[in-house]
Amino acid sequence: MKLAVCISHVPDTATKITIGADGKSIDTTGVNYIIGPYDEYAIEAALRLKEKMTGEVVVISLGGDAHKESLRKALAMGADKAVLLKDASPRDSFSVARAVADYLKEFSPDITFFGKQAVDYDNSAVGLMVAEMLGLPSAAVVVKFEVKDGSLLAEREIEGGHEVVEVKLPAVLTMQKGEYEPRYPSLKGIMAAKSKPIEERQPSASSPKVEILSMLKPPPKPAGKIVGTDASAVPELVRLLHEEAKVI
Amino acid sequence: MSKFQGVDYYNIDDHFSEEELLIRTTVREFVEDNVLPIIEKHYEAGTFPSDLIPKMAELGLFGPTLPQRYGCAEVNNVAYGLMMQELERGDSGVRSFASVQSGLVMYPIYTFGSEEQKDYWLPKLASGEKIGCFGLTEPDYGSNPGGMITRAEKRGGAFVLNGAKMWITNGSIADVAVVWAKLDGEIRGFLVEKGTKGFEAPEMRGKHSLRASVTSELVFQDCEIPESNLLPKSGGLKSPLMCLTQARYGIAWGALGSAMACYDTALRYSQSRIQFGKPIASFQMIQEKLVHMLTEITKAQLMCLQLGRLKDQGKAKFTQVSMAKRNNVYHALEIARMAREILGANGILNEYPIMRHSANLESVKTYEGTHEMHTLIIGEDITGIGAFA
Repeated sequence: MKLAVCISHVPDTATKITIGADGKSIDTTGVNYIIGPYDEYAIEAALRLKEKMTGEVVVISLGGDAHKESLRKALAMGADKAVLLKDASPRDSFSVARAVADYLKEFSPDITFFGKQAVDYDNSAVGLMVAEMLGLPSAAVVVKFEVKDGSLLAEREIEGGHEVVEVKLPAVLTMQKGEYEPRYPSLKGIMAAKSKPIEERQPSASSPKVEILSMLKPPPKPAGKIVGTDASAVPELVRLLHEEAKVI
Repeated sequence: MSKFQGVDYYNIDDHFSEEELLIRTTVREFVEDNVLPIIEKHYEAGTFPSDLIPKMAELGLFGPTLPQRYGCAEVNNVAYGLMMQELERGDSGVRSFASVQSGLVMYPIYTFGSEEQKDYWLPKLASGEKIGCFGLTEPDYGSNPGGMITRAEKRGGAFVLNGAKMWITNGSIADVAVVWAKLDGEIRGFLVEKGTKGFEAPEMRGKHSLRASVTSELVFQDCEIPESNLLPKSGGLKSPLMCLTQARYGIAWGALGSAMACYDTALRYSQSRIQFGKPIASFQMIQEKLVHMLTEITKAQLMCLQLGRLKDQGKAKFTQVSMAKRNNVYHALEIARMAREILGANGILNEYPIMRHSANLESVKTYEGTHEMHTLIIGEDITGIGAFA
């Protein structure tokens, strides 16, 4: 099976974000970048499928040279090959999806995996846009799946529960935390990754549909309120939580 | 609390390769997920977290510098050092386990063993299927191992061992012991398997340090082993000392990990602990301590990096390894104590890793060559005059 995994290279979730001088991008000084956490589930899902059915896992990322770090980690985890669609300029979800779809058209994988969302811009858009652009069936927010001949059954998370859907192959899946807890790259895997290729491609260009005007930090939290310091304050606390905060 | 982000005041990361950094990140995450959540419980109970053994093996942490044909990753010494640093940020006992398996068991089998011994043992030790220990120190021979009493005697087609070893990490859980004994007056290495008649490995109790690590005695009473268990290329005190150089190299990096854990904890604590209406980090005496800690960590990092590069070029002298072990453990212990001062009473609680690191480092300071012995090793090297033996 030909399996593609599209990964993002995003600021570590532990990073303190500061807004850059232009007011519409983040200040990247000292920011540590990682593979998007949901994309790691996608990598793990593809690797497990490959180990079960044989095949090839190709990991793809769009961005500048810095993305090679994440691609290398995916190779160390066990992917066979990496493709960098090399373009460091800012793109919106549409133009990322367009370039990825154009590349995938040529590569034509049986299954293309994405994380359910990148944790930088949180649009949850690229995976499903790619599926639409390629005219492929898709399942989003997948926690578990199983390949049957010519199709796959995907269990997806929905509000309050799970849903099982069947899609014909080739298909696109966007992965959620569930069955596929990502492995650590082993030291052997890391050494082997040194000799695996990272192919560089010029991604197709397209005009963005969305322009970022500004970025804002959330307003600072107002100071807390101390209702009391002993048990006598509990009824008032309960009343406030119920009537004012409306959380209970 | 947010995750540990490393300590790199001097942009030393620029000198590490992509795979060295990925190995460090991987082991750091492994420690964060698998060691830190359970280590205090084991430390308190005085047990080694043996669930970690298969996980560490799967990552490739045993004998990682040895050739791939034995199932090892064949990483360089800098990557090995970074791995040890991260393991010891978890706990010195966990790092000790990996040090012994790699530097004191797999290394001597690889260096002094026969092809058969290497082919049989190395893949099993790399995969964690078998655990090893290293028996050199004796109750009455610590800094002076050359005086050892343990003897091997050839009887027919076998060797018979008599004697006792002490302070042996992993002894009671080991499947194989690399034992050093005098054969016709010359120190040689022997492989003694668990269960061999005349061989016992009782665990030593009552430690206030390295509590999450197994420490044992090895007792040999007319213990008969096959002739093929002699490490054929071993000979003289130099052989076990070569092993110690490997282990000391790992310790030099490992101590950095403990120091980083203590510094990071103290820095965060000082920024959030309020006294006199402001964070204690705003007081000059706290800042002085933090700066001292960070400066010593930075110096130790530079020393380790250069030592690792020299080792990869085959140019590292054992005296240089002594210097790094001596310096880094000394300052790690000093940093642990300073961190404990910054945390005040909180510093003694198991909610923070400080007291555990501090107690562990008391052992690390004297094992694999005491601070004083390393002083004299370097002293002899620079003056040409031995002040011991």
